[in-house]
Amino acid sequence: MGKKLESNFINMVTVLFAVTLIASAAVGYVYTLTAGPIDNAKQAKQVNAIRQVIPGEFDNDPNAEIWEKETPDGGKLEFYPAKRNGELVGTAVKTYTNNGFGGKVWLMVGFNPNGTISNYSVLEHKETPGLGSKMDLWFTKNGKGNIIGKKPGTTGLKVSKDGGDIDAITAATISSRAFLDAVNRAAAGLEGSDISSGATQQNNN
Amino acid sequence: MNNLKVLTNGIFRENPTFALLLGMCPTLGVTTSAINGMGMGLATAFVLVMSNLVISLVTNIIPDKIRIPSFIVIIAAFVTVVDMCMAAYLPSLHESLGLFIPLIVVNCIVLGRAEAFASKNKAIPSILDGLGMGLGFTLSLTILGVIREILGSGKAFNLPVFNENYGMLIFVLAPGAFIALGYLIAVVNRLRKTN
Repeated sequence: MGKKLESNFINMVTVLFAVTLIASAAVGYVYTLTAGPIDNAKQAKQVNAIRQVIPGEFDNDPNAEIWEKETPDGGKLEFYPAKRNGELVGTAVKTYTNNGFGGKVWLMVGFNPNGTISNYSVLEHKETPGLGSKMDLWFTKNGKGNIIGKKPGTTGLKVSKDGGDIDAITAATISSRAFLDAVNRAAAGLEGSDISSGATQQNNN
Repeated sequence: MNNLKVLTNGIFRENPTFALLLGMCPTLGVTTSAINGMGMGLATAFVLVMSNLVISLVTNIIPDKIRIPSFIVIIAAFVTVVDMCMAAYLPSLHESLGLFIPLIVVNCIVLGRAEAFASKNKAIPSILDGLGMGLGFTLSLTILGVIREILGSGKAFNLPVFNENYGMLIFVLAPGAFIALGYLIAVVNRLRKTN
């Protein structure tokens, strides 16, 4: 096939260096190309999620009225109030959990003004495909672990294994617990505010 | 062998899943649904073609002793590119395949073909070999995915075939993957014997 380059020290170092240099340059280049679309996809997903989880119609721009809250473990919750004719119809909360099987999970949870859950959407996760990834539908109205209409309040929702009344995803208890952890975090964060009028929360942390 | 034979080799005679028994990890892990299996197969096919091409072109300037690390770096670069492009332009598929996309780097098929074929052949045959292997892999993943999706959840490509309540959970999980794959290999072996 042709003579190969001799395996002496200089050749090996040079070639390995060249290969890694060119490979990383190429990867870096594609990164700059795709960074924009990746970010756009993330943003679009978030905007869609807000629209999806809010009960009913709203005519304000939840993004414009966003308020935030820091959590004790250093994270941040984002609250998107949705209003119609100036009245609060629901709040979408961007929440997270660090206890996912594959790491951090981001959710958008919609709450009615009375604190019950209207809907949710999974924003980001690294759970196992086919198992924990089922959380996108499992906890919805037609799913086996339906949380729609429940009020986590300050006690929070739990899986049946932990004494609660939510059915965990079969063979994915860790992901299910993590999911509820995120939902409860959102509800607890919302509890600290005057929900019915959507006024900015009183500082009590 | 001539170029057409190189191409069809990977699809039938030396199908990576049924004949070479390579790349078992993503085969078992990703085929919970037909579309996941197909998507993973196509992503791997792309990496196979590109890495086979590049490796066949540079194989003479890579000293023998560092060929494995060099091949891995090249393969990893292409997989990273695939990962980023899928995240940017196919976000929902990227989400379904999740962790298995970066795992294409350690898929034995890719390094195996680089070693066994691309490093010893010219560019065009190497491209065809990568394409053939990739298509063979896609075919086997899709078939396995359809079987597991139908038996496990009553759907095929997300279209309902029968009521989901009659699905057998085991086929969505690892044991069912092994069972389904085992039977499939047995069937393929039988067909190959009678040919």
